[in-house]
Amino acid sequence: MSRTEIRITGYGGQGVVLSGYIIGRACAIDAGKHATMIQSFGPEARGSACSATLSVSDTEVLYPYIGRPDIFVVMSSEGYNTFRDELKDKGTLVYETDLVKPNLKKGQPSFGVPSTRIAEELGRPIVQNIVMLGFFAAVSKIVSQDEMREAVKESVPPGTEDLNLKAFDAGWAHYEETYGDNKGKKAAVAADSSA
Amino acid sequence: MKADPAGVLTGAHYLDGDFACGEGAMAAGCRFTAGYPITPSTEVVERISRRFPMMGGTFIQMEDELASMAAIVGGSWTGSKCLTVTSGPGFSLMMENIGLAVMMEVPCVVVNVQRGGPSTGLPTMTGQADMMQARWGSHGDYELIAMSPQSPQEAFDLMIDAFNLSEQYRVPVLFMMDECVGHMTEKVVIPPADEIEIVVRKFTKDPPGKFLPYRVNGTYVPDFARAGDGYRFHTTGLTHDERGYPEMSAACQEVCVRRLIEKITKNADKIVRFDEENTDGADVVVVCYGITARVARMGIDMARKKGVKVGVIRLIVVWPFPEKHIRELAKKIKAFVVPEINYGQMVLEVERCSAGNAAAVCVPHGGGSVHDPKDICDAIVGAAK
Repeated sequence: MSRTEIRITGYGGQGVVLSGYIIGRACAIDAGKHATMIQSFGPEARGSACSATLSVSDTEVLYPYIGRPDIFVVMSSEGYNTFRDELKDKGTLVYETDLVKPNLKKGQPSFGVPSTRIAEELGRPIVQNIVMLGFFAAVSKIVSQDEMREAVKESVPPGTEDLNLKAFDAGWAHYEETYGDNKGKKAAVAADSSA
Repeated sequence: MKADPAGVLTGAHYLDGDFACGEGAMAAGCRFTAGYPITPSTEVVERISRRFPMMGGTFIQMEDELASMAAIVGGSWTGSKCLTVTSGPGFSLMMENIGLAVMMEVPCVVVNVQRGGPSTGLPTMTGQADMMQARWGSHGDYELIAMSPQSPQEAFDLMIDAFNLSEQYRVPVLFMMDECVGHMTEKVVIPPADEIEIVVRKFTKDPPGKFLPYRVNGTYVPDFARAGDGYRFHTTGLTHDERGYPEMSAACQEVCVRRLIEKITKNADKIVRFDEENTDGADVVVVCYGITARVARMGIDMARKKGVKVGVIRLIVVWPFPEKHIRELAKKIKAFVVPEINYGQMVLEVERCSAGNAAAVCVPHGGGSVHDPKDICDAIVGAAK
């Protein structure tokens, strides 16, 4: 049995829960795995801490909550400060470079993306979470690119599919350009050297 | 009969338990819902209120939970399948009219997405502490049906059974979810409408003037007349005769209330439902329900690795309780272990049915999260000694 635990966090209004939903949907519906998502949110609708967790497994998920996640996706400094120590020592950190200034640890694969800026360049800051999702998908390869794109298409409001897929592709492309096989070699090594 | 395709969202979805519960209600043919929003149940009515216009359903946001429950009792008298949705504090307010629905024999389904209590407790966090309230919360002697799903898929599937049982026995069915299942998102497969079996209450064939609303003709469930179909009759929360008129006598009370109780107890074998695994030759049997049933399976696996012979009974229908089965099983095992997210509720029923033949070990949890599987394992290992 292999189980991957993921935490996504940010502030309310950033689309944290939708990101978690799309990852879960891609895993459970499009890739035939088991995926359980749990969301938690503050009493306010926007601006408060917001977090979603996912347990993805080849077998039925019995325990719904996560322990120490394998992957931590973070889109706010408050979320980072709350959950930074929870991430497994060798777990993967995925963060928004303009909003989070992580204290990168040695041996911890860490990947940053300016997803808000990229979304602004696309003309719609609201798709920041989908840029992050595309980047996450490229980092984690938890499902194939096609499966995750399919889940994006099925999950966003009708009429916004093209915009959201563009955002997804921009996030994926940022990974390829910055950390991909042909480009950087900046991944974990870069994280180590700046620690 | 088969489900109305208008209410069935056939396909594979990624839904939380609340949404799945709402979809189950609509697939079951529910077309009237009244409710007052309360965390963690609000998503059920959010889903329903968004989708109802597409199938001719009506949702009313009421002023409070007393009114919500009253509205579905009235709605059901029109022949409509009716639902209300709440959590602990609202469930308390619904108790009086749940009793009215029992007494009037009005089919309806009440969802309680349980959170931590007492009082307003833990609004956004899980609990299973309303299980005895479901059984005894309204005053007087009565029987009803309560169910507990362990996943969003089961929230959908059991919701259809909840409506079917409610229609068949003309009794409120209490749908005892927990916040964890309600706010958990998983794959939910909704079958085609022609694969969903639907039960509708038995409407009278007697003409107006001949119809008696509480005549049972040797059965337990009277035929139903819809308000608006030209039948003039009386119905009340007071003890009543077969015409529905109040009769204040011990003799009438005996006939009226005994039938309400026996309607369920004499049909209990048909209503009771549970999953059973590995109880043959077991020393310990875990009795569990809802989200705790999933977590318990991890504790059970851990205990098996330590060599304990342990089986499991997962309650699907919680009330009526599988009394006979627990009674028989108690004679063959050392102990029952009952993990639940409360300080010991269903364990009391297990203990009662064990009648001293097997120990009943409570594994309590105060709420706000689920058990650590290790605690369940430790209880099993301890009980096996």
